Amino acid sequence: MAQPTEKKNPAVPTARPASRPVTPAQRTARRKALLHWIAVHSLGVAAALFFLLPFVFVLLTSLMSDQQALTRDLWPRDWKFDNYLTVWETPGFLTWWRNTLLYAGLGTVLSVVSSIPVAYALAKFRFRGRRLSLMLVISMMMLPPQVIIIPMYLFWAKQMDMSGSLWPLIIPMAFGDAFSIFLLRQFLLTIPDEYLDAARVDGCGELRTLLRVVLPMAKPGIAAVALFQFFYAWNDYFGPQIYASDNPAAWTLSYGLESFKGAHHTNWNLTMAATVLVMAPVILVFFFAQKAFVEGVTLTGVKG
Amino acid sequence: MATQYTLRAKRRKSALRTLAFLSPWLIGFAVFFAYPLVSTVYFSFMQYDGFTPPTWNGFDNWSYLFNDFPKFWPAMQNTLWLVLVMVTCRVTFGLAIGMLITKIKSGTGVFRTLFYLPYLAPPVAATLAFVFLLNPGTGPVNSVLESVGISAPSWFNDADWSKPALTVLAVWGIGDLMVIFMAALLDVPKEQYEAAELDGASRFQRFRFVTLPNISPIILFAVVTGVIAAMQYYTQPIVAAKVASGRMGGSGQPFEPGYPEASTLTLPQLVYNVGFQRFDYGTACAGALVLFVLAMAFTALLMRRRGGLIGTGD
Repeated sequence: MAQPTEKKNPAVPTARPASRPVTPAQRTARRKALLHWIAVHSLGVAAALFFLLPFVFVLLTSLMSDQQALTRDLWPRDWKFDNYLTVWETPGFLTWWRNTLLYAGLGTVLSVVSSIPVAYALAKFRFRGRRLSLMLVISMMMLPPQVIIIPMYLFWAKQMDMSGSLWPLIIPMAFGDAFSIFLLRQFLLTIPDEYLDAARVDGCGELRTLLRVVLPMAKPGIAAVALFQFFYAWNDYFGPQIYASDNPAAWTLSYGLESFKGAHHTNWNLTMAATVLVMAPVILVFFFAQKAFVEGVTLTGVKG
Repeated sequence: MATQYTLRAKRRKSALRTLAFLSPWLIGFAVFFAYPLVSTVYFSFMQYDGFTPPTWNGFDNWSYLFNDFPKFWPAMQNTLWLVLVMVTCRVTFGLAIGMLITKIKSGTGVFRTLFYLPYLAPPVAATLAFVFLLNPGTGPVNSVLESVGISAPSWFNDADWSKPALTVLAVWGIGDLMVIFMAALLDVPKEQYEAAELDGASRFQRFRFVTLPNISPIILFAVVTGVIAAMQYYTQPIVAAKVASGRMGGSGQPFEPGYPEASTLTLPQLVYNVGFQRFDYGTACAGALVLFVLAMAFTALLMRRRGGLIGTGD
């Protein structure tokens, strides 16, 4: 065997065998690489602090006493874990959870089930007006909800007599959600047509092809859409503000959290504990479904 | 003859099938998009408070909105500010963080998760957290700044600093852009970097002449979707204004979005304020249409055929 060849571009400086003399040019290159390594990693740590510290401060404050939360102290003097119990037992808090789960859970199921066939048709059928349909879906996705909120509110409040509840937000989900349709369509485009043709040759109808062949392959896409839909409803503030603000029994966590601050004017510790309780499920779910999230975000931006 | 007949029957069957598959969305489109959109146009020419029947008043709402409603032009200016500054900051930092991640070789997973998490934080919770963190009197950020001798601004309580404070909050939640840029950066062909290096290109030149041209479609995508998001910007400014002003809108606490001094009022909040707080549905619909025109103009840019950012797959 010949001598091990010289490493061309060492990213990290390594110990060198003493037998080989180092030329000045190599030394500068190595020093530059080291400096670059240090710069990148210190930037990384600084950025990590920027993204992490808000969570840390929120968590620390949530464990302080009400008096200490109003001071400049950063570290809790005595750890008040019962702040969380106090928040949990605040009247209404459990109702907000129930309402949020209803809105997010039912809304997600309805929108995923109704969006799948639409996305399938847009991705795999050839028909006149396909391009126009897709453009309309994208326009719906981009439309700020405030543009149509006044007629929508008047419709649900006056014609259907449903204001003061979350139904005006849940029912429309049964008729396809533009974002879910778009995201699923992007995903279904990546499934090769050959699989569908094979199923059709075997005598499958379209519905059976969709259910038996496409759906099992589309699981990651469906998971991404379901997650986004769930968090959309979980985070939604505008919808509950318009339809449910008059009726505290229909508030969701997002809307209730803000009013919680109103009811506990000076109690930053309790407010931060409530904030942690609203953030925690989202973060927990993320750790179980990281891949689906990242896949969904890339699908919106890169493929297509 | 017979074949022609079956062909036609087949076509009809396939058209019906397409309609069946599209039907949930077709109903949704008609009832929850087309109908309310037409109604918004209709109401923008009516005087309507929700109680007395609507009456026609021509362009009065429009002229009131443009000429006499004191907060319309500030809201337009704020929206423009957010579109320019917030989007620029988000895209620049998103790209920077995306590049940083691809450069860091150790613990990439941990870093990526850390940078992504804030994107998931519910907006109301994140805003509450930032109003607390940037609290002028006792907030940790100002405490730290002042302990090193920097006189810190009042952030959400100062009309000059409220929009920068919102921008910091928006940059914190940059995780989605980071993921998109990371994917795009990893797709840049390695050979191009190697060729550039052989030609003696510096780090900056490699970025300028290899990286940028390769990812420019993604940058444009991020800019346009960022602009649309900035025009829809609603939850964060309204929650920040409520909490920072201490006026939550309950009894005896009238709440006007935009605190302080209409500095965080945006078009979507204007629609809410005029429609649901002043019960002037007509003028609110006129404002909603201004928002519609702006949003659709940018959406059209997003879908433009040549170099279109979202492929329609034809």
